[in-house]
Amino acid sequence: MQVLTDITFDIDEGEFLALMGPSGSGKSTLLNLIAGIDKADSGTIVVAGVDITVLSETELAAWRAAHVGFIFQFYNLIPVLTAFENVELPLLLTNLSRKERREHVELALSIVNLSDRTDHRPSQLSGGEQQRVAIARAVVTDPDILVADEPTGDLDRASAEEVLTLMDRLSHESGKTIIMVTHDPKAAERAHKVRRLEKGFLNDVHSQTAP
Amino acid sequence: MFILKLLLKNAFRHKLRTGLTILGITIAVLAFGLLRTVITTWYMGVEASSANRLWTRNAVSLVFSLPISYKEKIRQVDGVKFVSHATWFGGVYVDEKNFFANFAVDPETYLDAMSEYYVPPEERKSLLRDRKGAIAGRKLANRFGWKIGDTIVLKGTIYPGTWEFVLRGIYRGTRKDADETVFFFQWDYLNETLKKTAPSRADQVGAFIEVVKDSNAAAAVASRIDATFKNSLAETLTETEKAFVLGFISMSETIITAIQLVSLVVIAIILAVVGNTMAMTARERIGEYAVLKTLGFGGWRIAGLIVGESLVITCSGCLVGILLSFPTANAFGKALEQYFPAFNVTLKTIYLDIGASLIVAFIAAIIPTWRAIKTPIADGLRRIG
Repeated sequence: MQVLTDITFDIDEGEFLALMGPSGSGKSTLLNLIAGIDKADSGTIVVAGVDITVLSETELAAWRAAHVGFIFQFYNLIPVLTAFENVELPLLLTNLSRKERREHVELALSIVNLSDRTDHRPSQLSGGEQQRVAIARAVVTDPDILVADEPTGDLDRASAEEVLTLMDRLSHESGKTIIMVTHDPKAAERAHKVRRLEKGFLNDVHSQTAP
Repeated sequence: MFILKLLLKNAFRHKLRTGLTILGITIAVLAFGLLRTVITTWYMGVEASSANRLWTRNAVSLVFSLPISYKEKIRQVDGVKFVSHATWFGGVYVDEKNFFANFAVDPETYLDAMSEYYVPPEERKSLLRDRKGAIAGRKLANRFGWKIGDTIVLKGTIYPGTWEFVLRGIYRGTRKDADETVFFFQWDYLNETLKKTAPSRADQVGAFIEVVKDSNAAAAVASRIDATFKNSLAETLTETEKAFVLGFISMSETIITAIQLVSLVVIAIILAVVGNTMAMTARERIGEYAVLKTLGFGGWRIAGLIVGESLVITCSGCLVGILLSFPTANAFGKALEQYFPAFNVTLKTIYLDIGASLIVAFIAAIIPTWRAIKTPIADGLRRIG
């Protein structure tokens, strides 16, 4: 089954792009392709000068670890680990010392305003807090791109606003390139650009604010 | 440290399931260890056999005796240091269920030959002075509450009649694997009685025991002894003590094979138990593995997490099983002391326990690992939420 057809588009460095569209339109598939989670049957995907379609599974895993931060709808934290340990996970793949890892984790948790919740397990945190931990995990390795699949889909309005504000800050203050899949028009409003997917086809760009 | 912590936390995420799995492994390791200990004990005589002792028996069968007159001829064979002899008496103490090995021996040479039995010098002298004197192993004496000076009556089966002995000494083993459940007495007492009651059976012994001067020349000495009695009325078969004991064991080979098979079945059971737990675990965590892969964890790292968890569970059960095997073997050994004189868990058995557990841990993790690695990330992520 062909999910995406004739899609060609560029995303600028530091851009905050929202992908919208009905269920089954291929938004998540497109996001997975950009993030190197899925493999395209044909075509080329170049991220920061690297053609990721030619990378092997091992190379792709290393590339993801170094360049991409992930934010999921259901947070996807490891339930037996504390907030601190969850954020530390991606750093285990780096050559950082224990002390350096600690410093990075503390910084990431302070960015998401959760310095006081380091020893809490996911089950002891609210949905909004869990998503903020997930964001800290996504940014702790200082990746070039953040991909977010329905990051506010499982949150109440107040928590969703907190998460979106955080993503806004990451875009404006840290210059991260963010690609966000969302159904929520309010969430899409925060993006610089919105693109719509309909039955596998990508529609025109709707610019909202300058990057 | 982080990974070890993660492995432990993952392993005990479902406490009841992991607890029951560990319990299953513990019982299986315990059963495996005990079965191996039975086999080890069975072969204990082989392990404990002396390299410088030869046994000469009737070439036709062990049940046929040899004339005592052979003793002097054997003593003169080149390479023989000294000769002793032992005759299976087969006496019953009070009741047939009180089985223990009892032999008529030449005590002076026998105790010199059996250096693994220690008899205090005074008791040894006392034995040699008394025709009806007997010596019992420490465990045997404890079993029946015998004390030195007690009169012990055995009912003869091979040599009919009621035989009275006076316990003149209690020996103890100088090695851990020495059999401390044997009863022996003066062959002269048996022979003199037979001369009166059954003269045709007198002046016969069950087997000769030769202590050789050089254990490296034992095979040559054995050949020379047998050559001495070639074409005689009672030809001999001389073997090293190890071969002699193995000959006994081969009679019960089917039982040992059955025990070995059962011990393999036990390993298969552990494999099924751990395999089932690991399969359930990996299936439940396929989404988490997908998240880890998304973060950049490669196939080897995912494999490490699954195999590591399997090792944590299996090794926990193995450790508890090994720790419990000592008191269990002790209780088992006490209950069956008359059949297993020294029922000890050996280092080899512990190594086998550990080896079997490690093999089980790795095999049980193969399919879950393969599934976790092969499931596409997108498919894995779809199973969350």
